[in-house]
Amino acid sequence: MLYGLDFDITHTLGTSVLLLSFALLYQRRLSGVLEAFALQAILVAAAAAWQAWTQDAPHLYITAGITLGFKAILIPLALGHIVRKLGIHRTIETVLGVNLTLLAGVALVALSILLVFPITFASGNVARENLTLALSVILLGLLMMITRRNAVTQVVGFMSLENGLVLAAVGVKGMPLVVEGSVAFSVLIAFIIFGMFFFRIRERFDTLDLQYLESFRGDRQVDRP
Amino acid sequence: MSAVLAVLLQLVQFALVLLVAPLVTGLARKARSRLLGRRGPLVVQPYRDLAKLLRKEAVMAENASWLYRIAPYLVFALLWLATALVPTFMTRQPLSPAADLIALVGLLASARFVLALAGMDVGTSFGGLGSSREMMIASLAEPAMLLVIFTMAMFVHTTSIPSIVDFVLGRPVGLRVSFALAVISLTMVGIAETGRIPIDNPATHLELTMVHEAMILEYSGRHLALIEAASMLKLVFYLSLIAVVFAPWGIVRADPDLAGLGIALGAWVAKIIAGTLVLSVFEASIAKMRVFRVAEFLGGAFLLGLLGTIFLYVSQAP
Amino acid sequence: MAVLAAVAVLLCLGVIAPILASRTAFPWGDPLAHDLVYLGSAAACLIAGGAALAYFLAATSAPLELSLPLGIPWMPAQLRLDALSAWFLLVINLGGLAASIYGKGYGRHVDEPRRVLPFFPAFLAGMNLVPLADDAFTFLLAWEFMSVASWLLVLSNHRQPGNAHAGMIYLVMAAFGGACLLLAFGILAGVNGTYHFADIRAHPPAGWVASIAVALVILGAGSKAGAVPLHAWLPIAHPAAPSHVSALMSGVMTKVALYGLVRVLFDLMGDPAWGWGAVLLVVGAASALYGILSALIEDDLKTILACSTIENVGIVLIGLGLALVFRVNGLAALAALSAGAALLHVFNHALMKTLMFCVAGAVQTATGTRSLERLGGLIHRLPVTAALALAGAAAISALPPFNGFISEWLTFQAVLGSPLLPQWTLRFGVPVVGAVMALAAALAAACFVRVYGIAFLGRPRTAESAAAEDVDPWMRGAMAGLAALCLAVGVLPRAVVVPLGHVVASVVKAPLPSATNGNGFAGWLWLTPLEPSQSSYGGLVVFLAVVVVTVAGAAGVHRLANNRVRRAPPWDCGFPDPQPATQYTGSSFAQPLRRVFGTLVFRAVERVDMPEPGETRPARFDIRLVDPVWTVLYAPLLACVSWVADRANPLQFLTIRRYLSLMFAALVILLSAVALSR
Repeated sequence: MLYGLDFDITHTLGTSVLLLSFALLYQRRLSGVLEAFALQAILVAAAAAWQAWTQDAPHLYITAGITLGFKAILIPLALGHIVRKLGIHRTIETVLGVNLTLLAGVALVALSILLVFPITFASGNVARENLTLALSVILLGLLMMITRRNAVTQVVGFMSLENGLVLAAVGVKGMPLVVEGSVAFSVLIAFIIFGMFFFRIRERFDTLDLQYLESFRGDRQVDRP
Repeated sequence: MSAVLAVLLQLVQFALVLLVAPLVTGLARKARSRLLGRRGPLVVQPYRDLAKLLRKEAVMAENASWLYRIAPYLVFALLWLATALVPTFMTRQPLSPAADLIALVGLLASARFVLALAGMDVGTSFGGLGSSREMMIASLAEPAMLLVIFTMAMFVHTTSIPSIVDFVLGRPVGLRVSFALAVISLTMVGIAETGRIPIDNPATHLELTMVHEAMILEYSGRHLALIEAASMLKLVFYLSLIAVVFAPWGIVRADPDLAGLGIALGAWVAKIIAGTLVLSVFEASIAKMRVFRVAEFLGGAFLLGLLGTIFLYVSQAP
Repeated sequence: MAVLAAVAVLLCLGVIAPILASRTAFPWGDPLAHDLVYLGSAAACLIAGGAALAYFLAATSAPLELSLPLGIPWMPAQLRLDALSAWFLLVINLGGLAASIYGKGYGRHVDEPRRVLPFFPAFLAGMNLVPLADDAFTFLLAWEFMSVASWLLVLSNHRQPGNAHAGMIYLVMAAFGGACLLLAFGILAGVNGTYHFADIRAHPPAGWVASIAVALVILGAGSKAGAVPLHAWLPIAHPAAPSHVSALMSGVMTKVALYGLVRVLFDLMGDPAWGWGAVLLVVGAASALYGILSALIEDDLKTILACSTIENVGIVLIGLGLALVFRVNGLAALAALSAGAALLHVFNHALMKTLMFCVAGAVQTATGTRSLERLGGLIHRLPVTAALALAGAAAISALPPFNGFISEWLTFQAVLGSPLLPQWTLRFGVPVVGAVMALAAALAAACFVRVYGIAFLGRPRTAESAAAEDVDPWMRGAMAGLAALCLAVGVLPRAVVVPLGHVVASVVKAPLPSATNGNGFAGWLWLTPLEPSQSSYGGLVVFLAVVVVTVAGAAGVHRLANNRVRRAPPWDCGFPDPQPATQYTGSSFAQPLRRVFGTLVFRAVERVDMPEPGETRPARFDIRLVDPVWTVLYAPLLACVSWVADRANPLQFLTIRRYLSLMFAALVILLSAVALSR
């Protein structure tokens, strides 16, 4: 069993990423969400770099660099720019209460531990843990997307989900760079599309609260402010 | 170790926490003032405040009952006992079998129960407001603290502090994530329970924001001095608890010699000062929360504790 | 068997009382019946409780058996006294003794004593018979006797609005529970139809049959104990009875229900699957949290106490669930610890809940109301009751050095054994259940600060509470005895834990670790559930330390400080208002907690209707709460029943020929079913 510093640092980085997923769920202000997201991306980059060091796999440094460059710096800055430019309301409307969302998050973490542990019993400690943490981060990203009404936070939820994917990818030995490159690229494309949509939605409806889109679709009636 | 020496050291422990408590509060105030760009009162100011309160006569409301009169003594005694049961410089003391974490939570709960009742005794709206909010905060903070205890106890298979210290010092414990979560959660609980920013402001008398101060609004003179001393002890309790459980290095575990005691005492003082300074930085960098945001803050602490418990299984896979 | 004699005495009292009281020709009839019933019940409880105690003190712990030629001709009533039944008899009779002595004083304030006197001893007799029963027939008979007697007592205040409704709901739930138990014992008896417990024990059912039996027992006993989601009747029925009867129903009868559960699950069944332990854990956690949250928002003193009973039953169920789970997995020491914690909580809760209901009765006697919003300042008017109520409130809030803390502490210690369990679900689930229990314990403290602070402290909110007088010595005596026991058990837990060791040994087939290790003086001082290095709690040490430190602190302050006291008007930040209405009320005290939990659990909606400046109408504030269990479970069930009833309604208006054809069709269908199953 691996109980050295190696294990501990991997473990700590992974768990910190997970904790920041919780921080994303806890935040009520958009600026706070963006900061937490940037921090999460930095930690994912650090985790990737650490795996590159321990696995002696230099291509993971590239993954770390891409993550750091795009998700820790570029995307938060761009989203911050959009928020300022569009003058979006700075507090976040939640569907569930914050505590209930966090509780659901803890339940999801427990679920992913229950799922991953029995099937990866044979593989090493580190791989099992990484997989658990990554699955938790992915599920929490999904949770964030469904419990927030604001489009910006949905994008952040999506990006955070992708952080989980990166975390899973770097933990497994021998994942080719192509996969990660394509994932990073698709995320960038997705971000650009989201950004364009923001402007379009905003032009038409004066808001980014998705409730109003639903009302436009006829799903339910909401009084326009 | 002779019985006389053991009893003597136990008494030293009681005296130590009581004497240090105002100093810690003074240090926290001073550090926070400096961080906010003020000069702040002297570090020894809390001693002067207590002495001043003790010298003054006690004014009691006309309809105050016996409960109101005995509450300060009980609260002070319960908190003094709880604080003194947390090992500071040595773990094996005559009363240390009573240093069970869950029992300590119980002692704090008893003190809070008595104080909350005392707040409602005179029948003023402020007293009720303070008691109601205090119980709301406690009802979230106490389970969070118990979850931290669960995390510790499930990992080391004990709830007795001396045994936890033995365990932590007995083997190299690395950066255990569950412990990290537990420290964060316990710190959040401590901040809430000692009424620090962002939960409560110990310096405020603005009506709508105060919690602890509203509860003890009617108290004066020696009664107020006792309650103030009790809340100073509570701060030492949490700092001391975090220090002994998560960073017990330096503490004396076997028969004490003079050098060992000196080192242990020095280590404890250093840990407490460090904790106080960290607390001050935190307090200076954050704004007070709305009362109903407190539920989210403490709910966060509760869930961190739960997460810590769950992560035990990740950190120590079978 | 002294217990039987006591039961006989109780039954005789039940018969004599109405005869005496109905002789209106004798003006002394009523008071004589009154004294006879309550003092006689007290004596009978003393005898029965003494017999149970003697069983523990005796060197031999072999069960006593007796066969009475009563009941069905070919099936004599079997009775048996073993450690488990002796423990519950002790609980029942302690509560019964206190309630009888209390009733000696309180019975005079009951509206219609003749509706109470005959049934009070009968209720006690029924409860005493349940643990003695050693065959299913006697058990069910005693169980139903207890239910019916308590139902009649619930109806004794039938003129009060709502009480008839309470009686109706209670009857339905009792019938439901009784039916479940009847079916369960039918399954347990098997095809041979041997209802003797020894036979069932020798041949426990297996497979899905066993599962159905366990489910039915949990439903039947759980509905009597008030476990969520079968609790709905409890906060309605318990408060409707006179207070000394409420004390028995809440403090003791729920324990008899738990006895049924323990007897079947741990003694008669072989080893149920661990899933049933998980069910108990979930039900227990739900009951604990739901009960205390409802208690926090209620206004009626006795309803609050009844809701708190749901919480405490939940804690006992958590302990029992843990015991089952540990036993199935072969962790004997932990199973013994959990079972011990649960059974100790049964004892403790009987003491403190009986005490608190007695307090509620005293408050009602003194002020004529049970609504928190109409009380206040009683500490000045009822000094003795107030002091005893404080002890009860501290005990029920699980605060050291009182007894409630001991059993909760032991349950927490059992929860901490969960990493040893092999099932992943349980490893994760048990700490969560522990967290819920911690939450419930903290909320209980808030709840009883609210109860005590609003009712006893502050300023009187009505003229009645301002003019209240303390109650008579009988009532005070009963309460003082209970409060003293609460403290004594908290300070010297080993005195109770050692006899409890016998019970636990018989329940989980493993000795209670704390009863065996740590002999000598130090062993008596410290309660050590597993190993002394793992955890220890010294009730006496904590108590003495608190006393010594308090006295030392007080002496020090009185030497050092200015000892003058000046009385003055309240300060209240400079704006004291003489109106008592400006105080915090029960609902305003609960408001923060209602905001935090209520919106989630009860879908609480607060509405403030504030008049515009210049308008003369009063501002209104109202809260709307929805009980989730009613809307999710009962309402659909009721709708279903009434739908079926509507559909079945035309059946009442058929011709005789059609009725006959229906019966004929039923006969043919049954016969063909028999033919096909061959």
